Amino acid sequence: MTAGLALLAFLLIAVAVSGTLLVVAKLLRVVSTKHEPLKEQTYECGEVPSGLAWVRFHARYYVVALFFVLFDIETAFLLPWATIVKEAGATGLVAVGSFVVVLMLGWVWASRKGALQWQ
Amino acid sequence: MNEFLQGGLYGGGIIVAIMTSLLFVLWTERKMAARMQSRIGPNIIDPLGFLQAPADVLKLLQKEDIVPEKADRALFNYAPVLGAAVAIAVAAVVPFSATIVGADLDVGVLYLLAAGAVGVLPVFAAGWGSNNKFALLGAMRAIAQSVSYEVPLVLAALVPVILTGSMKVSEIVTFQQNHHWLIVWPFFLGVPAFVLFMLAMLAESNRIPFDIPEAESELVAGITTEYTGMKFGLFYMAEYLHTVIASAVAASLFLGGYDGPFAPGVWWMVAKTFGMVVAIYYLRWSLMRFRSDQLMALCWRWLVPTGVVLVVASALFVVFAG
Amino acid sequence: MLLHFGPQHPSTHGVFRMDLYLDGEIIVKAVPYCGYLHRAVEKLCEKLAYVQLTPIVDKNDYVSPMTNEQALVMAFEAMLKLEVPRRARWMRSLFAELQRIASHLLAIGTFSLDLGGALGGGSTVFIHCFRERELILDLFEDVTGARFHYNTHTIGGNRHDLPAGWGAKVKAALDVIEARLPEYGAMTLENRIFQQRTKNVGVLDGELALELGITGPNLRASGVDHDLRRDAPYSAYDEVKVKVAVAKAGDCYARSEVRVAEVKESIRLCRLFVDGMPEGPINSGKPTKLPVQTKIPVGQTYVGIETPRGELGTWLIADGTQNPYRLKIRPPSLHSLSALPYILPGQTVSDAVAILGSLDPIMGEVDR
Repeated sequence: MTAGLALLAFLLIAVAVSGTLLVVAKLLRVVSTKHEPLKEQTYECGEVPSGLAWVRFHARYYVVALFFVLFDIETAFLLPWATIVKEAGATGLVAVGSFVVVLMLGWVWASRKGALQWQ
Repeated sequence: MNEFLQGGLYGGGIIVAIMTSLLFVLWTERKMAARMQSRIGPNIIDPLGFLQAPADVLKLLQKEDIVPEKADRALFNYAPVLGAAVAIAVAAVVPFSATIVGADLDVGVLYLLAAGAVGVLPVFAAGWGSNNKFALLGAMRAIAQSVSYEVPLVLAALVPVILTGSMKVSEIVTFQQNHHWLIVWPFFLGVPAFVLFMLAMLAESNRIPFDIPEAESELVAGITTEYTGMKFGLFYMAEYLHTVIASAVAASLFLGGYDGPFAPGVWWMVAKTFGMVVAIYYLRWSLMRFRSDQLMALCWRWLVPTGVVLVVASALFVVFAG
Repeated sequence: MLLHFGPQHPSTHGVFRMDLYLDGEIIVKAVPYCGYLHRAVEKLCEKLAYVQLTPIVDKNDYVSPMTNEQALVMAFEAMLKLEVPRRARWMRSLFAELQRIASHLLAIGTFSLDLGGALGGGSTVFIHCFRERELILDLFEDVTGARFHYNTHTIGGNRHDLPAGWGAKVKAALDVIEARLPEYGAMTLENRIFQQRTKNVGVLDGELALELGITGPNLRASGVDHDLRRDAPYSAYDEVKVKVAVAKAGDCYARSEVRVAEVKESIRLCRLFVDGMPEGPINSGKPTKLPVQTKIPVGQTYVGIETPRGELGTWLIADGTQNPYRLKIRPPSLHSLSALPYILPGQTVSDAVAILGSLDPIMGEVDR
């Protein structure tokens, strides 16, 4: 709990420091008196941008997210065990081992399917 | 309340120290890159170029603030603050000496990983908020990359946890103090885990050869394309903070942290961190960058299985040999 | 998603624009646009006297000005049926080969920059390449007094003779460059990441390359053995044997490979030219009176030479006056760029940069 309070203080200071830099910038920076519409245009290599960038994106990225969820849950299960490996001993090892084996079977299946290849 | 104040005091000290050290890191990188490229490097402001980084900060502070008309102003404006803050936040649990630590959490390693994972949010907020196609592509790459490399990062970080039996970073360091640095013994687990951790950390902090979200030759400046002045500066700072803090974390987990003879612990910590930063910059200035699909393939096909094998091997080592 | 890639983009080698139609990061369709650097060189040439044209065309392929001048004055000489003295021809070849080394070094450097980024390993290769290129520019400065826009070729020969002791300087510079070539090899061709980024990327078929009129290293990397220096010798190339570097694969790696091989070959040729440099006049001495009023008789001609980028052609139609009726320049880079719509689809945005860099276009000569 005490460490939690210290962490809270740390995080507050972290935000404050980066926020301060922006505030200082606001005080110091030059401000143009003229309104320039061209300056506020979205950059697209000097051409007039063709439409907004808020578009639907390729599903390939979704697959990566799925993989991430799969393996992240694995690591989430491994984390509590990691601190007590010695106490859990061989029994724990067998339990976790079988879990990892099942997971890696999934990995093998996915790589066979070519899901781990980007294109 | 007392702890809160104490944490704030230490935290403030650590943050200010790290931010100041950035100026020196920046100078080192510039001079190093210059030497590697047969150049002289910054030498105009003062003969050794020490004042170049402060001058750059001053310049960034004075620059005009331009927000694209079509941008999502809230996301666009607050992403840089969050980006820099998250980068700093990782440092909270790193012990710089036996006493200097921001917040010695019991679940320090878990916090490290969690704080690191949050780092992708400001990147995506910046990319999406800019409403710029280059920024969008950069943000998409950043997400895919950070999310993928999260897995080997966690697996690599599990190795010291398993070997030392604690998630508290200070206890991991104490264990190494009492036994061996993890990179020394068991070296067959420590060295690969260390390499894996550094690779994943480099990828998380978007450094060459993994800097594809920024890829200035492809995506102009990636997520920071539309940013000017100090908002850009904060992202730039976050990138350097990532490198420094990732080095500090790796030093704590694998290189014995503040452990070392003759000198006070904090000097050892600084020396180790700095050595790794130099190594990272050496890589940066001599390698080209991967393509995003190659990066993913590297992660999922090689690093993830390696990580799993390492975790199982360290568990076996602890149970049967340790 | 339609993405305008260029003209204001760090790696479009100037002001080139591609409209990329993207699906995620994969390019579905690519439409190249050029003309952002149009300076009306050909029209300008119609208004100026023949001897005034060399400084104009110097700016076309601004990475290899020597060969621009050479192609132009060779066309004039062909029309005038002027005999160029042997020493002048050897000097021209020597200049062209030195320029080829400089140009290829720049090509390799900028290609690495495209792959590795301006804030990374790419810029290290880039700056090292420029360091060596500097040696060659110094050599040219010794001869012509200019570092870039030399204006040293003139109708019937050369304007500036070689200064005393220049040959030794050339050889010293060549030794330095040759010794440093393996360094670049280690950072580019032998580097795992470089290989991954370039192999099987942007594969250009030899047939397609021929159809599009692509010449130079880009064609030779696609397995077509074609080099004007050997196949239609000009200047001093009929007196030496040119070994032509050819690669099969046609991908970005093959193109870089060919360029590195050509640098080595050029170093060898330069040594030959320096050693065998004949004595004698450097200019035919004609036309003597008021060169500005040189008139070229009615007729037309086409002269093509092998520049670092391929066949640079000059098509001259003269009407008997002191300025050309029509002067058409055939730039090799324009033809290289025409391959983009064929080889870009199916590749990623990152590959697009690599492919464009490996084709080594110079927008100055594409747009003229």
